[in-house]
Amino acid sequence: MAVLVYASNAEGKLKKSAFEAVTYGKKAASILGCDVHAIVLGAADDAGKLGEFGASKVFQLNDANLSNFDSQTHANVVAQVADKIGATLVVCAHDSFGKSLVGRLAVRLNAGTVSGANSLPSMDNGFSVTKNVFSGKAVATYHVSSEKRVVSVMGNTFPPEAVGSAVQPESIDVTIPANRVRVKEVKTVKGTVPLPEAELVVSAGRGVKDPGNWGIIQELADTLAATTACSRPVADMGWRPHHEHVGQTGVAIRPNLYIAIGISGAIQHLAGVNQSKTIVVINKDPEAPFFKAADYGIVGDLFDVVPKLTAAIKKHQSS
Amino acid sequence: MKLLVCVSKTPDTTTKISFTENDTNFNTQGVQFIMNPYDEWYALVRALELKEKLGSGTVTIINVGPADNDTVIRKGLAIGADDAVRIDANPTSSHFVAKQIAEYAKAQSYDIVFLGKETIDYNGAEVGSVMAEMLDAPFISFATHLEVNGNTATINREVEGGTEVLEVDTPFLISAAKGMAEQRIPNMRGIMMAKRKPLNVVPAVDSSDLVSVTKYELPSGKTDCKYVDPENMEELVSLLHNEAKVI
Ligand SMILES: Cc1cc2nc3c(=O)[nH]c(=O)nc-3n(C[C@H](O)[C@H](O)[C@H](O)COP(=O)(O)OP(=O)(O)OC[C@H]3O[C@@H](n4cnc5c(N)ncnc54)[C@H](O)[C@@H]3O)c2cc1C
Ligand SMILES: Nc1ncnc2c1ncn2[C@@H]1O[C@H](COP(=O)(O)O)[C@@H](O)[C@H]1O
Repeated sequence: MAVLVYASNAEGKLKKSAFEAVTYGKKAASILGCDVHAIVLGAADDAGKLGEFGASKVFQLNDANLSNFDSQTHANVVAQVADKIGATLVVCAHDSFGKSLVGRLAVRLNAGTVSGANSLPSMDNGFSVTKNVFSGKAVATYHVSSEKRVVSVMGNTFPPEAVGSAVQPESIDVTIPANRVRVKEVKTVKGTVPLPEAELVVSAGRGVKDPGNWGIIQELADTLAATTACSRPVADMGWRPHHEHVGQTGVAIRPNLYIAIGISGAIQHLAGVNQSKTIVVINKDPEAPFFKAADYGIVGDLFDVVPKLTAAIKKHQSS
Repeated sequence: MKLLVCVSKTPDTTTKISFTENDTNFNTQGVQFIMNPYDEWYALVRALELKEKLGSGTVTIINVGPADNDTVIRKGLAIGADDAVRIDANPTSSHFVAKQIAEYAKAQSYDIVFLGKETIDYNGAEVGSVMAEMLDAPFISFATHLEVNGNTATINREVEGGTEVLEVDTPFLISAAKGMAEQRIPNMRGIMMAKRKPLNVVPAVDSSDLVSVTKYELPSGKTDCKYVDPENMEELVSLLHNEAKVI
């Protein structure tokens, strides 16, 4: 018996979500009473570091067919490794890679799956974990009856915890099928932490009135080293790029801090941000629905409040 | 090209959520249902655009669900799909849904199967990946752009912090995210025509579930919002630093 963690990588490095997944895997392994092993497909010069977070073995395979993500090839290989080591639980991050793997692994391993889990397994009554449903409006407990299970772990929920020391990645004997998806190009947005991974997010809505006013939002974000986001109309009007749109139809995030500026707090917006640990709302309308979801509220004009907040943060940082 | 679009029915986002039978069942009483926005706005519309551009082909929509789902299916026909299939069963899990559609699709050899990025109720994003494995086909999830040239498609896919541009040959499965297409509102003519378009009801195949929901809970409510004087941003910073410990 073992837990197998699929560690996502990009551009020759493990992703932050890989460390979260292995931390989850380590904790789940202590509940199940077994070891946790990790698998890295393709280049990642820091693969051995997974050992520091609990992986007793790290398997790494480098092959032209694995260097870019094709869910079919990756699932095939991960399933072979899971069989070899007798894994009864396969864990991956609920990121753009993990999400397309879980279903395939479920079919290959004849396993029950829960995607986007936000709790460790409970073994009280067989195997169960919880996840958010109805866009964060409820939590459901999922019971898995099969002997093998596949779980993808919600981002920013299990912070990486170092518990051991690095290990030397080793190879494992598997057959690698040919890729059917050909990745031509990867365009990355440089310089900022990607929104789904960001711990601090500064977001603005129609209250900024004009794209020319984005400067004060950007300055606050830069001061905090936060990632920027926006409401749907702001992206639809082309004031901000589409990948910054959060909510029901955009990206769902759960940062430690979400600062919402000039956003009314429509339910479809909240659906994508209501899992944030701390929410600050800046709005001139005391009746704005967002205040009901806020931890801290400032009723005021954003053009006045935001520069003051930026200044106060700078003062705090230099003290 | 033969295009298949998987559409699901979900509670409208503004719905108040409650549970029955000791918090083990979702209470559908008084709930307003809609077509899952990703399926309707992005997957279906992009399929229709492709057919229009090619000047030939068919767009079929498929749903796994009970007879009440026919209203949602008719809306898809009104937006422009040629015909529809409903697999008559209660969708008990993503595995169950995928199995039903995979069994149906196997016999029909579609060139592209479209799905939405995820359903907004159970937020699984699972059906596509399960179905792709059952059909032994490539699956590209969270696509924001799709062009087809002969048998080859060029697709943009969202990943954390960027976009992948990739190529794949038909047949394949694709899940649609924002950017793929613009929402279309059905017009009167479409609504009239939808009434006469075929909606075939087919029986479900056997499938067992390995996963079940045993309990629902509403998240514990937020404690009241703490208001900070707009003239005193030092206080907010101190609260974020000392109390919330986020900066
Ligand atoms: C099916 C569906 C899906 C949707 N999905 C999403 C989604 O994913 N994400 C999303 O964001 N929306 C989504 N929407 C839209 C959503 O319903 C709202 O329309 C939208 O979120 C409103 O954006 P907003 O808050 O920026 O603008 P508004 O609602 O116009 O709010 C602007 C706010 O700014 C405040 N304001 C104005 N001037 C100032 C000032 N000087 N200082 C301080 N405050 C000021 C106002 O008081 C107001 O509260 C969806 C809608 C539907 C129907
Ligand atoms: N009952 C259903 N019938 C048809 N298609 C479905 C059904 N449920 C989900 N789908 C499709 O699968 C996608 C992903 O759903 P999910 O895995 O539940 O998040 C949806 O966007 C739909 O395209």
